[in-house]
Amino acid sequence: MNAPFDMNRRQILRTTGFLTLTFAMPSNLFAQEVQSPEGVGISGGPGLPTDLKKNPMLSSWLRINSDGTVTLLIGKVELGQGNRTAIAQVCAEELGVNFSRLQIIAGDTKLCPDEGVTSGSTSMPDGATAVQYASAEARGILLGLAATKLGQPAETMKVKDGTITAGNGKTVTYWDLVVGKALDVKATGNPKRENPSDYTIVGTSMPRVDIPAKMTGGEIFIQDMHPEGVVYGMVARPPNYRSKLKSIDLGPIEKMPGVIKVVRNGSFLGVIAKTKDEAMAASAALGKAGKWDVPNDMIGNAAIYDWLLKAPSSPNVIHTQKRTSSGTPAKTVEATYRRPYVMHGSIGASAAIAQLGTDGVMTIHTHSQSVWQTAEAIAKMLKVDNDKVRCIHTQGSGCYGHNMADDAAADAALLAAAVPGMPVKLQYTRAQEHQWEPYSSAMVIKIKAGVDNDGNVLDWETDVWSTSHATRPGGNAGNLLSAQYLDPPFKQPTPRDIPGPNFGSGRNAIPLYEFPGKIVTTHFVSEMPIRVSSTRSLGAHPNIFALESFIDELARNANVDPLEYRLRFLKDERARAVLMKAADLFGWSGYKRKPNYGRGIAFARYKNYAALTAVAMEIRVTPRNGQVQVLRVAVADDSGQVVNPNGLANQMEGAVIQSLSWTLKEEVKFSDSAILSSDWASYPILTFQEVPKIDVALINQPGMPFLGTGEAGQGPTAAAVANAIYDAVGVRLYTLPLTPDRVKEAMNAKK
Amino acid sequence: MLSFKLNGRDITTDAPSDATLLWVLTDDLKQHGVKFGCGLSQCGACDVMIDGAVVRSCQTKLSSAGGRSVTTLAGLMENGKASKLQQAFIDEQAAQCGYCLSGMIMTAQALLDRNPTPTESDVRAALNGNLCRCGTHTRIIRAVLRAAA
Repeated sequence: MNAPFDMNRRQILRTTGFLTLTFAMPSNLFAQEVQSPEGVGISGGPGLPTDLKKNPMLSSWLRINSDGTVTLLIGKVELGQGNRTAIAQVCAEELGVNFSRLQIIAGDTKLCPDEGVTSGSTSMPDGATAVQYASAEARGILLGLAATKLGQPAETMKVKDGTITAGNGKTVTYWDLVVGKALDVKATGNPKRENPSDYTIVGTSMPRVDIPAKMTGGEIFIQDMHPEGVVYGMVARPPNYRSKLKSIDLGPIEKMPGVIKVVRNGSFLGVIAKTKDEAMAASAALGKAGKWDVPNDMIGNAAIYDWLLKAPSSPNVIHTQKRTSSGTPAKTVEATYRRPYVMHGSIGASAAIAQLGTDGVMTIHTHSQSVWQTAEAIAKMLKVDNDKVRCIHTQGSGCYGHNMADDAAADAALLAAAVPGMPVKLQYTRAQEHQWEPYSSAMVIKIKAGVDNDGNVLDWETDVWSTSHATRPGGNAGNLLSAQYLDPPFKQPTPRDIPGPNFGSGRNAIPLYEFPGKIVTTHFVSEMPIRVSSTRSLGAHPNIFALESFIDELARNANVDPLEYRLRFLKDERARAVLMKAADLFGWSGYKRKPNYGRGIAFARYKNYAALTAVAMEIRVTPRNGQVQVLRVAVADDSGQVVNPNGLANQMEGAVIQSLSWTLKEEVKFSDSAILSSDWASYPILTFQEVPKIDVALINQPGMPFLGTGEAGQGPTAAAVANAIYDAVGVRLYTLPLTPDRVKEAMNAKK
Repeated sequence: MLSFKLNGRDITTDAPSDATLLWVLTDDLKQHGVKFGCGLSQCGACDVMIDGAVVRSCQTKLSSAGGRSVTTLAGLMENGKASKLQQAFIDEQAAQCGYCLSGMIMTAQALLDRNPTPTESDVRAALNGNLCRCGTHTRIIRAVLRAAA
């Protein structure tokens, strides 16, 4: 059976007679935009929640369908983090309908509200909050309509699964109130929301809506789609980043079995064939047939830290707090931390399906996190108007940030443009994914502290060196990989650090500990020797590794328990609560020491304003070979109001395991001429036998804002490992990954 | 022309005998529960069973399936419903993105077929060659043990 190419559109049109919040209401209700009297956004600032402010029409979010269903349209997309289910729970709760009535459409640039990028752990704080307010407001409007219809005051009415019951017992349903003419209403941002103590859907572990299909071979991923007449596209990449194609004879490739078309544009090479095997064979031959100019001027991974410190950079003081107390520090402690490039490393190579329609619209199924901005970038690359590119989000393999998903969408479009009408399905090879994805930047962090005779910090100084954490397409063709190789090429814009103290290389570099003097400076290097972009937690993983390792070192120097030392300087109650909860769950106070076993703890509030997370763990070091085995991990997390406890725990478990993999094993290797990490053998990740037992304790905060969870566990996990190694064998490691060789070397040096 | 059984049904395909089994299963026979991960037998996303033994379909030629019985994720279903193992994965919510899971479930099923009462350490050993990037390992282990119980 061939899947309809335009799956989402079919779905939405299938429900005939849907109405766009179709209310018969007095015209004054929607004739003007009602100003919100006070702030409701996550930040507490004035106006609507962020994403609702961008898309204020309630009809952008919700459709009450005459068949008794509700269509929820969202711009935040499912990446495996479970946001589709959690956001729908919030909608069902506030609208007052059963969860099963919801149909969800996400990330279609033609149909859905533009919520920007699904990144930065913002699906809940931005996406779910917008849906919460939109749904509550829609419910209020429906109650108003019911009041008119039943002649009863709205205040006396109760809603259960879309049925409104008035004080006198008369009932009417949402679907009865729906009439034939669509009217759009702007959100006021001031709806009457449900009392958190009355929640019946929010706060429950609703099973994820996408999981059954994934377990039974259903059609759910892009990779599963086979539109009628599909053909298979592949690209052939240059030998390295700065290679140029001098010449190529396409003739022999064009004659290969199944080949429909060979595309060459500058140094961009691609092929379209009838089967995937044929496309793979032809693209492999295409890569070999090219005569390339290959510069061998890459830095090499071993030299990258020195390069970072010497490269031109712009110092930016992101935080300063002058010490007002007098006194000279008794001692100065300094350390330098290094984190190599790490990759997103999706298990499924990135994929896309693109088709150029007779209307001139390029429709692309993509697992991009940024469908709107990527569609715009692709439009510019194809030199067409923005409305000639439509991106439809369809699930793919987990991406963990800006991986090759957007490039796959762009490449599928470049190939589809060469064969109008044919749906071109593209999925990269493993080497193409590994060697060309935009990695998480290598970083160097130097921390220096002046401490008094009791080991208390008087002055704290952090310096961070990093290349970019943000080269997402962002509406600019130059950020699309293949566009840089076209003739003429699109130039990649010079990256800038994301503004604000917590958004890029400086994310979580500022200590939340209440020290008298603090100064934190980022040194942003705009040059990119290696392709880099947003990867889960951006600079937070290396910054928290550094900060929380250093705190641990200070505690040890002061002969104070690392938990107690942290609590000494942490005044925020929620922060203290997660630390103590993690310690309790771990059994910190009753811990029995054994040779070569150690425990470590670390804390962070993600972005310094979002989820609060503490991680405690026990490890064992094998002194003979330096092998570190993580035995058990206890996590405490406060992500505000919990919507789906099981989903939240799942995210946290995943963050811990992924961070353990980065921290213990991962480093992108490259020579002067090539990326050497080309597959799972040359870039190993954590396996089942290395994964510890993980316990997660959630601290729920009913009625408080959703804080987002996806990236909160990465940093504390890294530091907890390093701290546990010190606890076990008395050596402190400053350079990631914490490999057996490094542990062994440090142990030998200590002898 | 080459014939084999796919999830109990007789199949005849005109794909060349040296075609990659993975692409025949996904593109010609629409077996969604078969995933391309690496093409190098390193990750296990493409795992299927031939005569009950797990093979990496990305490195298997169609000819290897000739006259034999191929089982994919959909083929584990019983009367249109999730099998005990599949249901255990659903009950444990043992997925984040879920891309690796078809291979995980096939490998776990093969384990349970030869050892109906595995220990946790047996499960870890059996799945050690299947890679998960989201970090769902502990839930996957629980799901397999739940199905065995």
